[in-house]
Amino acid sequence: MSLNSTPLPEAVGAKNAPAKSSSLFKQSMRRLMKNKLAVSGLVVVVIMFLACFVGPFFSPYTDNKVNMALMNKPPSLKHWLGTDALGRDVLTRVLQAGRISLTVGLASMVLSVFIGSLLGAIAGYYRGIVDQIIMRIADLLLTIPGLPLLFIFGALLSDWKVPTEYRMYIVMLMLGLVNWPGLARMVRGQMLSLREREFMQAAVVLGLRDRRKLFNHLLPNIIPLLIVIATLNIGGSILSESALSFFGLGVMAPTPTWGNMIDAANNLIDFQEHPWLWVPPGFSIFATVIAINIFGDGLRDVLDPKQKR
Amino acid sequence: MPEALLEVNHLKKYFPIQKGLLNRTVGHVKAVDDISLTIQKGETFGLVGESGSGKSTVGKTIIRLTEKTDGEVKFKGIDLYGLSSDELRKIRPSMQLIFQDPYSSLNPRIRVGDAIGEALLDHGLVPKDEIRDRVLEVLQSCGLSSYHIDRFPHEFSGGQRQRIGIARALILNPDLIIADEPVSALDVSIQAQIINLFRKLQETRGLTYLFISHDLSVVEHLCTRIGVMYLGSMMETASRDELFKNPLHPYTKALLSAVPIPIPKLKRERIVLNGDIPNPADPPSGCKFHTRCPFAVARCKEEVPEFRDAGGGHFVACHLA
Repeated sequence: MSLNSTPLPEAVGAKNAPAKSSSLFKQSMRRLMKNKLAVSGLVVVVIMFLACFVGPFFSPYTDNKVNMALMNKPPSLKHWLGTDALGRDVLTRVLQAGRISLTVGLASMVLSVFIGSLLGAIAGYYRGIVDQIIMRIADLLLTIPGLPLLFIFGALLSDWKVPTEYRMYIVMLMLGLVNWPGLARMVRGQMLSLREREFMQAAVVLGLRDRRKLFNHLLPNIIPLLIVIATLNIGGSILSESALSFFGLGVMAPTPTWGNMIDAANNLIDFQEHPWLWVPPGFSIFATVIAINIFGDGLRDVLDPKQKR
Repeated sequence: MPEALLEVNHLKKYFPIQKGLLNRTVGHVKAVDDISLTIQKGETFGLVGESGSGKSTVGKTIIRLTEKTDGEVKFKGIDLYGLSSDELRKIRPSMQLIFQDPYSSLNPRIRVGDAIGEALLDHGLVPKDEIRDRVLEVLQSCGLSSYHIDRFPHEFSGGQRQRIGIARALILNPDLIIADEPVSALDVSIQAQIINLFRKLQETRGLTYLFISHDLSVVEHLCTRIGVMYLGSMMETASRDELFKNPLHPYTKALLSAVPIPIPKLKRERIVLNGDIPNPADPPSGCKFHTRCPFAVARCKEEVPEFRDAGGGHFVACHLA
């Protein structure tokens, strides 16, 4: 047979040795940078964060002093976005509100991603009874529409007279707890498909420990999905928080958030005569959420191409 | 006779067919139906058969990747199915599996060096700071270069990936390697390289292989003993020379007559089998091969032929042989 005569190359592909190795993740990021829409979304988000967290340091009006002489003044050189019903600078308040809204969005995202991916991973990896228990709880939470549930919680908080300075943290907790089931489902689905892949069988044959299989083999494969979900989740959380605060069930005055700033202008006179009270916070919500979603969509296209709308 | 490295006795693997809302079991796919084989140390046992004959399931059930239905698997005299999961984990390094598909058998997000070295690390077989040297060493012996160590699987070709798969198994110094169609996903020139690699490794390391393949010429080149499977059962087992010179089972004869030979003018008798492999959920009565056998007689339909010794370690399951 002629098989013997085939020489065994000592190094396959030795010619292109110096090329630098790159992970799938780095490649994806390079592709993301080519997507102009996604990059512009990212730019808007970054500007928004910088403005909200750094901007107020440059404002002379951070003390939130009530000044009756400056009630409802239209935009001017001294107050770029005018003043509100208590004579406070609207621009400064929008930026301070952004801090709260963005923090709530981020924190509740971190919480729901943590709970959701942990429970989803456990359910998908171990299956059986553990899976049943976790997913039935998730189903139960999913059957109740999120916003009404949040309203009930919010109303309860008001009823129990929870101090306003704690409400921000409780809103974060609420949003995080409401958002995890959908995420857990997706992570579980990924786990179920990954654990049947041949490289997981290889891990079994190698006799690897469960811990290594979970954290070194499965987790790196769901991280792209998690990044995408997490990004889109921030936008959703900001919207939910704004809605809650708008209805007076989320973060309460005097702590400003974009939602309760719009709520403060929720009457016919302000709506018609003082648009600088509600346009800036409204625009901030709009711009931030749109930008996050565009960026998230771009991320999904490069990191998770299988999942399309 | 020295003690066998691997002894498989009457191994059965039935997959239940479940239907309906309550997942009632309505039948079984008899993927592996009473297989026995023995592999001595240093031997290369070739397992051949057409698609769906249960070759891969045999490999996976031996290594406990799927659980058996019945039978016995003894590795170095230890009953593998009698081990606890912890004991099994400890014995796993000494028997390794090489997968058919070099693309899906490597985790796309783990660097090659880590993929090869992680089992050593996880089992604590080698001090942490020596692992990289060991990985480099095994890469070298599998025909890869040291700079490949920090690359990701997607940067390699199919043949290179298969070398990585072999390196991953080899670094554990296994006694037995089960190779599940390791070359069928590769093109012919690469197949030859990989097969020669298998050979070279056997010579230098004294490995024992269970080599699963549907390609008789590959098996002829590499194996010392060959078993022919059909529909989950062993039809014939013999040493390579004996099997190729003197096939006793009509199925083996048909398979051999289908092997392409590089002499176009040579006329030979081709035995063409009609029809397809029957449904393993509902195998034919008697001899499983009787529906397609050109020599079948009435007895074949009713009586299951015994898997008997036809002399000199040549086993065959046929009434007529």
